Amino acid sequence: MKIHQYDAVVVGAGGAGLMAALYATKTGASVAVVSKLYPTRSHTGTAQGGIGAALGNLEEDSPLWHAYDTVKGGDYLTDQNAAKVLADEAIDAVIELEHMGLPFDRTDDGRISQRRFGGHTSNFGEKPVRRACHAADRTGHMILQTLYQQCIKHNVMFFDEYHVVDVIKNQGAVCGVVALELGTGEMHIFHSKATLFATGGWGRVWSVTSNAHSLTGDGAAAIYRRGIPLQDLEFFQFHPTGIYKMGILITEGVRGEGGVLINGRGERFMEKYAPSIKDLASRDVVSRAIFLEVQKGNGIKGKDYVYLDVTPETVNRYLAEAGETRRIDGEYIEKKLPDILDFCRTYLGVDPVKEPMPIQPTAHYAMGGIPTNVDAEVVIDENWTVLPGLYAAGEVACVSVHGANRLGTNSLVDLIVFGRRGGKHMGEYAKQTDFVPLPPNPAAEIEAEMKRIRESTGKTRPGVLRQSMQQTMMENVSVFRHESGMKDALDVVRELKERYRNDITIDDKGYKFNTDLLEAWELGCLLDLAEATTISAMTRTESRGGHSRDDYKQRDDANWLVHTLVTANDAAGPYGSTTIEPEINLKKKVDLSLSEHDERFKPKERVY
Amino acid sequence: MDVTFRIRRFNPEIPGKNKPYWQEFHLTDVEETDRVLELMHRIKWEQDGTLTLRRACAHGVCGSDAMRINGVNRLACKVLARDVGNRIQVEPLIGLPVLKDLVVDMEPFFANYRAVMPYFINDSPVPADGRERRQSQEDREKFDDTTKCILCAACTTSCPSYWANGQYVGPAAIVQAHRFIFDSRDEGAQERLEVLGEPNGVWRCRTIYNCTPACPRGIQVTRAIGEVKLAIRSGSPEGIIEESVGPVASSNS
Repeated sequence: MKIHQYDAVVVGAGGAGLMAALYATKTGASVAVVSKLYPTRSHTGTAQGGIGAALGNLEEDSPLWHAYDTVKGGDYLTDQNAAKVLADEAIDAVIELEHMGLPFDRTDDGRISQRRFGGHTSNFGEKPVRRACHAADRTGHMILQTLYQQCIKHNVMFFDEYHVVDVIKNQGAVCGVVALELGTGEMHIFHSKATLFATGGWGRVWSVTSNAHSLTGDGAAAIYRRGIPLQDLEFFQFHPTGIYKMGILITEGVRGEGGVLINGRGERFMEKYAPSIKDLASRDVVSRAIFLEVQKGNGIKGKDYVYLDVTPETVNRYLAEAGETRRIDGEYIEKKLPDILDFCRTYLGVDPVKEPMPIQPTAHYAMGGIPTNVDAEVVIDENWTVLPGLYAAGEVACVSVHGANRLGTNSLVDLIVFGRRGGKHMGEYAKQTDFVPLPPNPAAEIEAEMKRIRESTGKTRPGVLRQSMQQTMMENVSVFRHESGMKDALDVVRELKERYRNDITIDDKGYKFNTDLLEAWELGCLLDLAEATTISAMTRTESRGGHSRDDYKQRDDANWLVHTLVTANDAAGPYGSTTIEPEINLKKKVDLSLSEHDERFKPKERVY
Repeated sequence: MDVTFRIRRFNPEIPGKNKPYWQEFHLTDVEETDRVLELMHRIKWEQDGTLTLRRACAHGVCGSDAMRINGVNRLACKVLARDVGNRIQVEPLIGLPVLKDLVVDMEPFFANYRAVMPYFINDSPVPADGRERRQSQEDREKFDDTTKCILCAACTTSCPSYWANGQYVGPAAIVQAHRFIFDSRDEGAQERLEVLGEPNGVWRCRTIYNCTPACPRGIQVTRAIGEVKLAIRSGSPEGIIEESVGPVASSNS
């Protein structure tokens, strides 16, 4: 076993991790980035449509409007101070990316081009606004590449293909992580003053997802298993437009450019559900509308999907109907949405310039995660008590800027703004602090668990359990939920956990690049998160944002303007128990600070 | 349909399997629209968990799963069963050391990438208003093609010049350099042109053209290399792109 020592360790090398690493490096701290993937494989690279910032390059915009949209989009579960930080700093963050060389598309006068996106409006919900700064439909790719390039320029130290499997606590602080080197199977200890988790989400809990195979929530699970709470897990976003059956994301930018959703009767059904901004309503609203249309038998050919239509004839017809003078043609779509066209042509044999795309909602984004304050420090209770030495940023974190439903483009803003704040804070913190000593044998438990999996002699391949979990979560804990379905899901997940402990087998007993072992490990993480998500969802007896219950249809502000904190009961030991009996804490109030002196931020009915 | 896979295997830890060998797998109930990656997952998850490959996004954006499929470098997640028929041969990329099955050592590839200074260089003060550096959409489009690179290594490992000489920076590194050399905001062109003008830079390219069809992102790799060659010859990237479109493109077709 090797022991490394760095002032700051960043786990995960997507947008948030790389931004944090850059900023921590700039403070003079020694920094290591530890990632199970090569950095450019991270999921930030798949983000398509844009990064929101009220630059006002094409029409009037203001960060306060952006903050308002974020709070409203989050169905008032958003912490308002954090939304303000997000919207204010988005402007400077996007300009900084441009200064780092990011190749944004340009306006006629050479500034960053912006497009419309779901839920982004001017003047407190009046009409859609062009706020999404974009580089074709591969904005995330450009962000990931640009940040990785900058890290190379600034000599950031990378440990690529090192899979972090545990977080090390000692003397009331976090002092590092345990990682498995994929290439050798060797364990490494990273001893640090500050550790930032930026490990992304866990869309692989569900069967239809836009998420990479790698998004198995290892970071969140490692934190959870060490008795640190996770927040608002019941809020998981289903993006309305995933490619039918495959889940591959079709950006909201398609609708931003004028694309519309059409049901089996040929109707533009969003007119019924969101009369004012129609197809550009928040994602939760659109996903529910699609589900309801399908339920009514209005899917295409009566099946469980609808069409997303961006053919010039359709788009121009609706533009004319709306009294807009703008018209589009095939060439315009080729330029603005090249990757989308490529996906549809490759995987569906459908040419979106000529035909509509078959789509269905797809598991996309965790609004919940590791609770943090606006400096990305992890907080462990309703009093915002900081756990020294631990940070989180990006999708794995819950600041919470996204509340009950994230707006499109705000994930990229989140990465940049809070990755940057976390990196700065870690660097400063490392200057003032000494290393907390490592506890004795910090990798012992993990080594025992890896040995158990490697030598397991059960009858079930992990893939079988994974499929079963994904199926039950998709059926029972997705766009619409109710008590009995969730109870079924919980029973299934717990039975799967039992089998995971006692009845699995893997083929690969080796050490070098044992992806069989790591996939089994990842399944363990997914199962813990599926269980904690279901319990959180059963606890919240209301409907809000991405959490929609058939048995509690109304939002209930009197009782539920609180965050859900779920903590694994530590006593049983994080790896020894078959079921973690999670504890729920509902005492952490939503921050409503903007509403205290601005009526417009007070929770009210959410209409688009 | 039924599909037979013939996969090049290698496991350094197991006697008898620590020299490369072929292994066949059979799959039934394969849909024409199944991705090769999905089918390889079926083999791994249903038949042989030791089969080792890299993958992440599964839709052609992250660049993890480049491999040689029926003799051509492809991303396994961007090839459908109907594209390759019912006998599918899969091998690791050529030119990088094989670590296990389809996993190759990417370090030499990334070392070449780093050698071309693949990052934005501009030490001039930012605009006084604190806002973006302006760039016309026309200038932005000059390097659009090469911004698409996902560093999957499919081009570099399809290049016979690279197979013959691993010191050659290879097409991917040149594509990355091109992205900055032709960015009107960047000030590092001269340094990059110097690096690429060295013996293991662009002149190792013999315009064999394997790289362009290998690119899963549709980048005109050979054209980009040609544009860099022209910039080295003329001493600057100025005016190259407008001039080069005709001759370089036609020499490849």
